[in-house]
Amino acid sequence: MESQDTDKNPVVQKLRDWDAGAVSEVIEFRGETTVVVPREHLRRACEYLATEPSLRFSLLADITPTDRFPMEPRFEINYHLVSMDRRERIRLKVRIPGNDPVMPSVTSVWPTANWHERESFDLFGIRFEGHPDLRRILMPDDWEGHPLRKDYPTEGYQ
Amino acid sequence: MTTTVETAIGPAQTMVLNMGPQHPSTHGVLRVILEMDGEIVVKAQPVIGYLHTGIEKSCEAKTYSQVITLTDRIDYLAPLSNNLGYCLAVEKILGVEVPKRAQYIRVLLAELTRCASHLVWLGTHAIDLGAMTVFLYTFREREEILKIFEYLSGQRMMTSYFRVGGLALEPPADWLDRVRRVVNNLPGHIDEYEDLLTKNKIWLGRTVGVGTMSAADAIAIGCTGPLLRASGVAYDVRKAFPYSSYDEFDFNIQTQTAGDCYARYQVRVAEIRESIKIVKQAIEKVPAEGPFRAELPGIIPPSREEMKTSIEGLIYHFKIFTEGFTPPPGEVYQAIESPRGELGVFVKSDGSAKPARVKFRTPSFVNLQSLPMLAEGRMIADVVACIGTTDIVLGEVDR
Repeated sequence: MESQDTDKNPVVQKLRDWDAGAVSEVIEFRGETTVVVPREHLRRACEYLATEPSLRFSLLADITPTDRFPMEPRFEINYHLVSMDRRERIRLKVRIPGNDPVMPSVTSVWPTANWHERESFDLFGIRFEGHPDLRRILMPDDWEGHPLRKDYPTEGYQ
Repeated sequence: MTTTVETAIGPAQTMVLNMGPQHPSTHGVLRVILEMDGEIVVKAQPVIGYLHTGIEKSCEAKTYSQVITLTDRIDYLAPLSNNLGYCLAVEKILGVEVPKRAQYIRVLLAELTRCASHLVWLGTHAIDLGAMTVFLYTFREREEILKIFEYLSGQRMMTSYFRVGGLALEPPADWLDRVRRVVNNLPGHIDEYEDLLTKNKIWLGRTVGVGTMSAADAIAIGCTGPLLRASGVAYDVRKAFPYSSYDEFDFNIQTQTAGDCYARYQVRVAEIRESIKIVKQAIEKVPAEGPFRAELPGIIPPSREEMKTSIEGLIYHFKIFTEGFTPPPGEVYQAIESPRGELGVFVKSDGSAKPARVKFRTPSFVNLQSLPMLAEGRMIADVVACIGTTDIVLGEVDR
């Protein structure tokens, strides 16, 4: 993956100026900017990006976890943010270890995160602290395992 | 489960009512747990997952080209939009430039898909609210559009017509005449539907002021597409983040400010008219001759002639269809405006022939979250209108 630690993107620059600790890496790939944010800074960074008048990332389009099993840190959680009136997109990425798949919930920033986080919990087993109603959403309530994890088989019966 | 609520004649117990998953107005297998105070909905809780088929897991076991057939089945009312979103995402990872001719044909077909999808919505929504005739009319016109898809790809619905790098096949010589005939007739038919509905007293009674949502609420809950535009936010991925040459087309974003079921009806009907405008422009733009697929040896299949006449062509053809192709490692997110809103496709490549992760950000899944907001505090009959105007496709909600 092409990776460079430059500040070409003004959003990244603003985020750095706000709190240098909130940006641990910047990835540019195919014209898309990904900001790697440490887990403990995520909720604050989200609040800043959503409410800062010059940024206005008012829409959380999606939360996409990926599993890098057997590599560590195992999970990557991607947050796709859209600023509708400024026509800009940015992706936040948080890396978390496989033995501690816990994330802060961003439902207080964007209520739409509710179902996205439930889906991530259901299919990847990532727990979101502060989520109002963390239950399975696509699989049955009594299902065992988290199907989109890489160590979960694609075929077979339960 | 029940709670006590204050009513005009004193405190009373609520009743829990289960609606679905087998209920004709839920358009598939949606279940809604309703907590009722008489006829008034106190709490509405959508329960989903009845159609979950693990499409995203299946994608990880298939090569990049094989995934396309799965995308048809996510939103089965707009298969070409899903094809488009996925192909654009993979093309972005590969860094492929698609020939202009293929881009225009993609726009044309994506807009026809939008017309077909909105026609199904209009017909089924009208039947939900008791207007039978419109259903028969809209399905008649939709069939004409599906015949075009069949003429091009051999399939009415599961077309898989867009492929990575362009199109699956060279379109038949006279296909644009058929498109022209359909889009020339369509505006008159829309006038027919509007005659039946737009000023119909029963229709107005069932939709005006029902299921209102403010712009701020719609954004907070993540709504996109006609649902958001009916609340007054002019956000359309085709304009905000143009793809596939949409910036070369002249069209307007249709918005309303009321944010109720009637506004969503107005937006969708106006969008069919806008789509016809785009299709007419595309008919003029599509060159009669030219490549329908990009050229990228080893990744995009060579033409039939090259495959039959050159040894490199044959080797590439064989390798692409047995092993697939290997994009560089990386992650991309590609959004398109599907008939229901922002369809986002996230593709992660690890450098192998199969995607490491494919995620579909489906608009129906997110839009359905707004149902409690729309339905709570209203009569039970309005729940049907609210589910109808969110225009969900359960295949897309559950994936």
